[in-house]
Amino acid sequence: MTKEKNFFAQKRGRILAPLCVLGLLIAVWWAVVVYTRSAIFPTPWQVVTGTLELVEDGTLWDHIGSSLMRVGAGFLLAITVAIPLGLWIGRMDAAWVTLNPLFQILRPISPIAWIPLAILWFGVGNASPIFLIFIASVFPMIVQTAAGVHTIERRYLRAAENFGVSRAKLYRQVIIPAVLPEIIVGMRITLGVAWLVVVAAEMIALRSGLGYLIMDSRNAGNRYDLVVAAMIIIGVIGLMLDGITRLLERLKSVRWRYGR
Amino acid sequence: MDANVNAQLNAKIVVDDIRKSFETRKGELPVVGGISLAIGEGEFVAIVGPSGCGKSTLMKMLCGFERPDSGSVMIDGQVRRGPSPKGILISQHGSVFPWLNVQQNLMFGLDGISEAEKARLADHYTAMVGLKGFEKSYPHELSGGMLKRVEIARALVMKPEILYMDEPFSALDALMNLKMRMELLRILGEERHTVLLITHDVEEAVHLADRIVVLSPRPTTIQATFEVDLPHPRKMSSPEAQALKEAVLRELGL
Repeated sequence: MTKEKNFFAQKRGRILAPLCVLGLLIAVWWAVVVYTRSAIFPTPWQVVTGTLELVEDGTLWDHIGSSLMRVGAGFLLAITVAIPLGLWIGRMDAAWVTLNPLFQILRPISPIAWIPLAILWFGVGNASPIFLIFIASVFPMIVQTAAGVHTIERRYLRAAENFGVSRAKLYRQVIIPAVLPEIIVGMRITLGVAWLVVVAAEMIALRSGLGYLIMDSRNAGNRYDLVVAAMIIIGVIGLMLDGITRLLERLKSVRWRYGR
Repeated sequence: MDANVNAQLNAKIVVDDIRKSFETRKGELPVVGGISLAIGEGEFVAIVGPSGCGKSTLMKMLCGFERPDSGSVMIDGQVRRGPSPKGILISQHGSVFPWLNVQQNLMFGLDGISEAEKARLADHYTAMVGLKGFEKSYPHELSGGMLKRVEIARALVMKPEILYMDEPFSALDALMNLKMRMELLRILGEERHTVLLITHDVEEAVHLADRIVVLSPRPTTIQATFEVDLPHPRKMSSPEAQALKEAVLRELGL
């Protein structure tokens, strides 16, 4: 009985405490705007009405849809390349030794630095941000997957060898499931980065997306209410994306890795 | 002499003067210094030795994960070149796959039969080690003793001719250790296998084995061999068992 109570108390605390901080933040924001009589910086209420405006004319969904589509395309492309490549490199020591320095050089280059090249190669259509997201996602994902292969404990590989299973079965039932927790962690990190990048990429060019919305609102008449609205929406969607990948960590076949 | 050669020909496992050294920064470190041994079909041989004497290296060579520098290991008259499902290793730390449930673990090594048949065999051996009802459980939901049972069942389901056990029960508490020994003897009563057990627990060796081989410190060689002529079920408190235990311990310098 008390245990149940504790559970609900805990759950409430986990939602209530952050909500309190958020409420406080909004109150301070509001007070400061009113106190300084700022003509440009919006109050929270103006942000809400601005958002409603975008909802009513339907452009908000277009912007969100475009951004998500670009992230989705770039991210999926990256994982389809990175996971098989990472598994292969992780298994082949020669490939790891040869390619790892290259990845370590390419990885710290901010995707933003690729923007001029992206525009040069792909123009200002959808292909550019998708390419940038691909670049941002693919290297961390490869490295994470290969590192995951390296951490597979020897005893499991020995057991598989002992049972004399085929190569296909070795990958399907030992290597991939053993690396899956690492892959999911990699996907979580990478998706966060991809979301960061898409917004930045959209600020440069294009005619849609949340990044475009921010730049366009500022350029077309200092609509800072819409700027802040877009920022908040970006944050909330980022939180949701993280939540979705967190759900993957609950899969029964990977729970062994993330504590009991 | 003739009888000896004959025994060697009929033996399941013939180990002929195997040696192994490792390269270290300080130079060559000889670990196994020439071991010869013949093990009969269905025989249970325990190998005991001081810790760090090279027991595990010896076991790795016996089950084919490492090649000896010289000498050979023959199984059924064939020189062993690598691991095979005919001889399954049960290691100290366990190697039950944590991402597969109990049934999937047992089905892992099975090949060439239908899925339904695999599942039937898996469930049969799960029940044999006393884990009926846990077929769909994942390893992290089981206790250490239960995991050991899964590991043994996963070896048995392969119908191996040889079981290699490398300190299989040393991670368990004393009570569970004893319980697992009884279970192992019961299972071997149902299905006879040739068993090679490596242990540092002399009582475990006396309790289980037909023959006890005592190893010397590194580079290890066979220092003494004891036949265990006690009928099962063995009473460890009996004077014969105690005397044997003391004799083995004396060989180990205690």
